[in-house]
Amino acid sequence: MTPHPAGAPVCIAGVVVRYPGADRAAVDGVSLEIGAGEFVVLLGPSGCGKSTLLRTVNRLVIPDAGTIEVDGRRVDTVTPETLRRGIGYVIQAVGLFPHMTIAHNIGIVPELLAWDRARIARRVDELLELVKLEPARYRDRLPRELSGGEQQRVGVARALAAEPRVLLMDEPFGAVDAIVRTALQDETLRIHRALGTTILFVTHDVDEALRIADRIVIMNAGRLVQVDTPLHVLSNPATPYVERLMDAKDTVRRLGLMHVRDAMSSANAATDGTIGAGATLRDALSHLLDGATRLAVQDGEIVCGTLGFDDLRRALMQARSQ
Amino acid sequence: MSYVLKHPGEIAWRFAQHLEITAIALAIALAIALPLGVAAARNERLRGPLLGVLGVIYTLPSLAVFALLIPAFGLGLVTTEIALVAYAQMILVRSIVAGLLGVPPALREAARGLGMSARQTLYRVEFPQALPVILGGVRLAAVATISIATLAGKIDAGGLGTLLFAGLDNDDPNRIFAGSAAAAILAIGADLVLRSFERYARMRAT
Repeated sequence: MTPHPAGAPVCIAGVVVRYPGADRAAVDGVSLEIGAGEFVVLLGPSGCGKSTLLRTVNRLVIPDAGTIEVDGRRVDTVTPETLRRGIGYVIQAVGLFPHMTIAHNIGIVPELLAWDRARIARRVDELLELVKLEPARYRDRLPRELSGGEQQRVGVARALAAEPRVLLMDEPFGAVDAIVRTALQDETLRIHRALGTTILFVTHDVDEALRIADRIVIMNAGRLVQVDTPLHVLSNPATPYVERLMDAKDTVRRLGLMHVRDAMSSANAATDGTIGAGATLRDALSHLLDGATRLAVQDGEIVCGTLGFDDLRRALMQARSQ
Repeated sequence: MSYVLKHPGEIAWRFAQHLEITAIALAIALAIALPLGVAAARNERLRGPLLGVLGVIYTLPSLAVFALLIPAFGLGLVTTEIALVAYAQMILVRSIVAGLLGVPPALREAARGLGMSARQTLYRVEFPQALPVILGGVRLAAVATISIATLAGKIDAGGLGTLLFAGLDNDDPNRIFAGSAAAAILAIGADLVLRSFERYARMRAT
């Protein structure tokens, strides 16, 4: 694997987008700082402006006011084509070109950038491996010969081909079934950790957002409603809208975002079960409901604490007061 | 049949001539129709009027078009080609527009999002996707052109029409038969060849 350039920061300042004939702005004065390498999810119902906002970053939508900077450079200072070749883009419809092989689809941006053929071929194989598709088996096939999930893996590989420092994903997994979606989310997280690319990800699926985001940006009617970590959004919804959207009263969902390591107590009490320190409190809850009264927390071989119902309750209360 | 047996050279020569007249007409017609079709597909305001005008030309009786052109361009190949090119426009432009408008929007969105220019999108994505429909138009235009091109025989431009009209003038049914059979064979052959291209393009595009 060639070293991938680290993610770039994205700075959105005062962006307004008005579509002709609409009675309100699709994006209504949004400012947002996204750190280098951050995984940010834009969440909200359809029509809230999240896709439009995403598309201003690669200038598929041109804002009526405000500025956008990628890596400190305003996006309107280069041609749209140059800008877009440097930013990965994945869409729900995947949009693989049916008349091109998988290799050709993945290599299309490097080809536009006039890389030499040997380098493109190497890069294609690298990317196929990255998205867990065996190069020898998939390289020369056509998109129609692949399943929906495989096609979207190729879509992700294509977006990453020219080593972009920012990746835009517009409801990328909305069209695949739940099991494949979870697998693709895991792959995306793994790739994010491996490459450090800054990712902006649009979804209307709350569980997806909670699962993958470093930070969730909740939008409604073209405005930002809350920008926070998944746990904070659940524990401290900023408005009744957010509370309803997130179904924030769902305690089990909140527990799924907290880890045993952060909630255990050092109490040297009697235990009748064990759990890993990296497990979520949701896992711990199901152990406790299965009949254990107190769990020994293991970090590798070492028992580093214990966890009971009282610790779960304390963790939930602490999260709310933060 | 007797004419065919006695004059195979004459028939072959007229056949080749007919093929040449048709090929030139289609090549020029395509060269004009492609930019027109692309412009009409991109620009909704242009589309209606352009297809309207081409439709009017298409409905004019072909004999009348030849007659109108002769005062300006005289008898011969130039008049023939202009008439044939004008006729083919309607079929070609309409198929190019239909082909381009039929490209799935997601492909255009993906192409733009990946950083293709409008021209790169057209050549790398839209044309390959629209090709089966465009080739269908070329096929129809080819068959129509082969048939209308027989009129060239009436204005000294050669082709299989020469046999037809000579047969008519000399009351020689054999020659009429030879000319029409050869034209039919040419049309059917062109249809088959272009149909196979079309099938191949369709296989590649999906």
